[in-house]
Amino acid sequence: MNSASALASGRPSTIAKRLIATPSVGPLLVLLAFGVIFSLTNPRFLATQNLSIILQQTVIIGTLAIGQTLIILTAGIDLAVGAICVLGTILAGKLANSGYDPVLAMALAVLACTAAGVAAGSLIAGLRLPPFIVTLGILGIITAALRLISAGGAFPVTDAFLGWTGSTIRLNGFILTYGVIIMLLLYGVVWFLLNQTQWGRHVYAVGNNPEAARLVGIPVGRLLLSVYVLAAFIYGIAAWLALGRIPNADPNALQTANLDSITAVVIGGTSLFGGRGGLIGTLIGALIVGVLRNGLTLAGIDPLWQDLITGILVIVAVALDQLTRGRR
Amino acid sequence: MAPVEPRAQAATASAGVILEARNVVKRYGHVTALDGVDFELRAGEILAVVGDNGAGKSSLIKALTGALVPDSGEILLDGQPVHFKGPLEARKLGIETVYQDLAVAAALDIASNLFLGRERRRPGFLGNVLRMLDKKGMRAEAERSMADLKFRLPSINSAVESLSGGQRQGVAVARAALFAKKLAIMDEPTAALGVRETGQVLDLIRAIRQRGLPVVLISHNMPNVFEIADRIHIMRLGRRAAVVSPKTHTMADVVAIMTGAAKVEQATRSQAG
Repeated sequence: MNSASALASGRPSTIAKRLIATPSVGPLLVLLAFGVIFSLTNPRFLATQNLSIILQQTVIIGTLAIGQTLIILTAGIDLAVGAICVLGTILAGKLANSGYDPVLAMALAVLACTAAGVAAGSLIAGLRLPPFIVTLGILGIITAALRLISAGGAFPVTDAFLGWTGSTIRLNGFILTYGVIIMLLLYGVVWFLLNQTQWGRHVYAVGNNPEAARLVGIPVGRLLLSVYVLAAFIYGIAAWLALGRIPNADPNALQTANLDSITAVVIGGTSLFGGRGGLIGTLIGALIVGVLRNGLTLAGIDPLWQDLITGILVIVAVALDQLTRGRR
Repeated sequence: MAPVEPRAQAATASAGVILEARNVVKRYGHVTALDGVDFELRAGEILAVVGDNGAGKSSLIKALTGALVPDSGEILLDGQPVHFKGPLEARKLGIETVYQDLAVAAALDIASNLFLGRERRRPGFLGNVLRMLDKKGMRAEAERSMADLKFRLPSINSAVESLSGGQRQGVAVARAALFAKKLAIMDEPTAALGVRETGQVLDLIRAIRQRGLPVVLISHNMPNVFEIADRIHIMRLGRRAAVVSPKTHTMADVVAIMTGAAKVEQATRSQAG
């Protein structure tokens, strides 16, 4: 009723509404605002070199946020995102260092990550346990297992293949790593799956109204399982990208991955209630997190404050989501 | 008391009957939900199913849509015995159901909702290998079917949540019309709607009948039933108490039969032939 009257009464309000309704416009404005603020406070911020560094710093969280987006779209959440990725780096490093072929080592590590996704997905889809609890449990299990495997300490990973994703190529003075390219390719592939295939439609439908999805014959359980498995596979790829960024397997790494990846997804306009949002927003959201951390570092602000600000950001983003939902 | 003789009724079943149930029984422990119920839906009609709470309306509908498996009795679709093991099987055979609680994905657009679970893919490489959706084709088909049913909506691309309750239920009804090959079953489709919105949905159900698709309408709302139904199937105590015509019976008659306050022999005898 209100939408019909708006259509009839005023063009300008319609255009404004469309802009608000276009999911990635809001996040893009936030990204630009942060860009303007940081370039005013530090002229080095906008230097090509710094921009390519931001992109490289975004690689891990940006990739993890792809999987997190898929899961949040189904109205779930993944608290084991960082732990699964670290599992990948530790296993790949351990295996390669103990003489395994590095390609095989990496493949086995990705497989182990995917297996964690199979476990999470089976418990959530099969036993209908809440995703929050299942992934919290898996976080605890993997964290403990990692301490045992690595005997508590970090170790260097010097293999060329495992570090390959960190090697750079130059484009007009802009430095890209293969890791950045792989991340962007993953965004492209998963965007296609979400927006152009039946599977993607069903992800949105299951997140929006699982009962309606079941009634029209969508195999809800199988779909949820596929989402958790694909997400965990992507975390495995992120492990490879992480070894390229920092050639060091550290069981204590990626402590803020949960906060950062969920923040990226939510700032990007994907609703924690499921069924709404998308990957383009998440990419922008991941860049916002990257820009924020980079800009604050350039401004000489302690990393602790970065976590604090990211924490505020995610709460504000969720509050906005809830407010707009209430108005509908 | 047995106002309708099941066997006699079955013998008269003939061409023109789309969906039929004979002597269907369903028990839950000591509770008998369906006590040898008969049912007959004829081609091109709107058959209302009414009954008091607990009379077996929903159990009957569940049996007809495959949501429950009867303990005994027969269900025939186009004269052929069928044994549904689940709602999907009934759907595959051309029986579509619309539920009262707006079974739509509100965040998705109208076309996506119409084709939800039955999406079409593009022809050739894009569809077969890349599994790409035929969004344009589905949109065009959605627009055509809405125009066919004379159902007016703002835009086929708008999200269902931007629609009124009546329009939303209209999307669910249109989905049933688009895919039902044999019949559509509407389970209290207007229960959550206001007067004007109910009118929209009833118009839509009439448009579906006009296209030749028979409709089973479960409803509590007597004025609606009398406005739209060709025949009224009255449930009482897990059985069919009577089938009456809104032309020959009043609402008071129907309520009397529903509650057991009136004898129904004469009412059913005139309808049975």
